[in-house]
Amino acid sequence: MLLYALKRLVYVLPVAFGVSIVCFLLVHLAPGDPLTAIMPIDATAEQQAQMRAAYGFDKPLPVQYGIWLFKVLQGDLGASIASGRPVASEVGRAVGNSLILASLATLIGFGFGTFFGFVAGYFRGSPLDRLASVVSILGVSVPHYWLGMVMVIVFSALLGWLPSTGAGPGGSTAWRFDWEHLQYIILPAVTMSAIPMGIIARTVRALVADILSQDFVQALRAKGMGEWPVFKHVVRNAAPTALAVMGLQLGYLLGGSILIETVFAWPGTGFLLNTAIFQRDLPLLQGTILVLALFFVALNLIVDVLQSSLDPRIQRG
Amino acid sequence: MAAVDLSAVAIPPAERSEGYWASVLRRLRRDPVAMAALAIILLIVLAAILAPYIAPADPFRGSMARRLRAVGTPGYPLGSDELGRDMLTRLMYGGRLSLFMGVTPVILAFIAGSGVGIFAAYVGGWVNTVVMRVIDVFFAFPSVLLAIALSGALGAGILNSIVSLTVVFVPQIARIAEAVTTQTRNRDFVEAARISGAGPLTIVRVHILGNVLGPIFVYATSLISVSMILSSGLSFLGLGVKPPEPEWGLMLNTLRTAIYNQPLVAALPGVMIFITSISFNLFSDGLRGAMEVRQ
Repeated sequence: MLLYALKRLVYVLPVAFGVSIVCFLLVHLAPGDPLTAIMPIDATAEQQAQMRAAYGFDKPLPVQYGIWLFKVLQGDLGASIASGRPVASEVGRAVGNSLILASLATLIGFGFGTFFGFVAGYFRGSPLDRLASVVSILGVSVPHYWLGMVMVIVFSALLGWLPSTGAGPGGSTAWRFDWEHLQYIILPAVTMSAIPMGIIARTVRALVADILSQDFVQALRAKGMGEWPVFKHVVRNAAPTALAVMGLQLGYLLGGSILIETVFAWPGTGFLLNTAIFQRDLPLLQGTILVLALFFVALNLIVDVLQSSLDPRIQRG
Repeated sequence: MAAVDLSAVAIPPAERSEGYWASVLRRLRRDPVAMAALAIILLIVLAAILAPYIAPADPFRGSMARRLRAVGTPGYPLGSDELGRDMLTRLMYGGRLSLFMGVTPVILAFIAGSGVGIFAAYVGGWVNTVVMRVIDVFFAFPSVLLAIALSGALGAGILNSIVSLTVVFVPQIARIAEAVTTQTRNRDFVEAARISGAGPLTIVRVHILGNVLGPIFVYATSLISVSMILSSGLSFLGLGVKPPEPEWGLMLNTLRTAIYNQPLVAALPGVMIFITSISFNLFSDGLRGAMEVRQ
């Protein structure tokens, strides 16, 4: 078990290294250098060169990468070009908010997704199965940013039940678990849960149908086991894969939350990315993406190890 | 009865049996959901292509005096937008860019991804390992994040949006292509061809491509729906098409201010994205179903 975890870790390190290279190169994809956007138009060539030297953009790329990586490993993601504040602290604050939203959305999506998936897998071909399939295909096909708008239209504009944007009263960005704050998270979380719900429902349906068709289920039934104990066997067999899918979905939601966070003005990483993009604040963009991608890599690793500890048959070479 | 039996026996055995693709097509035609989805896709594509001839108004000219009219207003069957332009016209025109920007990345990624994946799997060895490890790095980014990161770094624009989405999809298609090709190249008939003296190019062209392109193609069609949502999403964020060009994602964004006055009109561009995406999903599902049964 521990050995397997270590083996996976060794495998993940080169990937993390690759991720750092991609994130580093992101800044250099753009035409010109990252300072072009913020440089005053009337800066002289000499001033421009000074500025470039101050940020280290005058050195060759591999050297820049080395310096950058050395700092990153110490937790220094550089300074935001627009605000001058350290990127690490900005990202840290935003990640917390995004994590709360994405976790809640994953839980909602997982709850409904497994329910629909089980119903559909158990009663294959029935109207219930068809209904569950429709729900899951709607979940994976809906443009979630549009769903967010529709939620705002229905529950804020028309019914006036819930606030449309923000994370707390009076534009507060500090999260607390009370009703004042909770009512702000309901709409974005429900909107966000549509995607994992569809995917989890599909996965669980296929899993349950597959497990039910296996010989051991027939054997259990043949020896007279009731439906409820058989159901428990099915759950035990479906759980590792379903949990793995749920873990990955949390990662996808955290990384893909930008559109929904923009619709609801949720003060998380998506919102931060949006700001970074429109102020052309490339160090902030780079730092946020690096943190999110590494989080996703770590989550993958944890899911993989957890899955194999739940079900020893699953081990990737 | 006896006569019928005799005539059945009399059919010469040399007659060509139905080919694989013909049988896929036959099964697909009997799938009402897939056919309905295909009809909707064709309808939307047709409306987009013929927009200059059949659209009732000018997509760029509007009247501020008649802005944000409700659905069903005379002269504005689907209402008017925040600058008083006819929504029906803009939705038809919007399909041009939205479909182009959604489908192009998948086509490009299908070509590049299949190439990379088949090459890596066929050559095998350390080349395969290196290619697949690089692909693993791209899999470390959730696709929405990667698309936004690339477009954000490259800057807004139609071309940049297409490039970013292509980069997002190439690794996904390459991974499938590699898996399918590795399976195929270890099959006996490939070995037989090699022993009979077939060169690597002939083997890839005749024995590999014919067996792997189908599954890769099905996977690629399933990406169109994601690609439509993502490319419109990039425009929604202001990273794709620039105003005043009509595009569903951008229209959805500019109409966000109107959700309190004309909620129905504001939601319409999203309905188009939704319908298109779900149709592509259903068609892709039907295609997979029709192709899974072999002979």
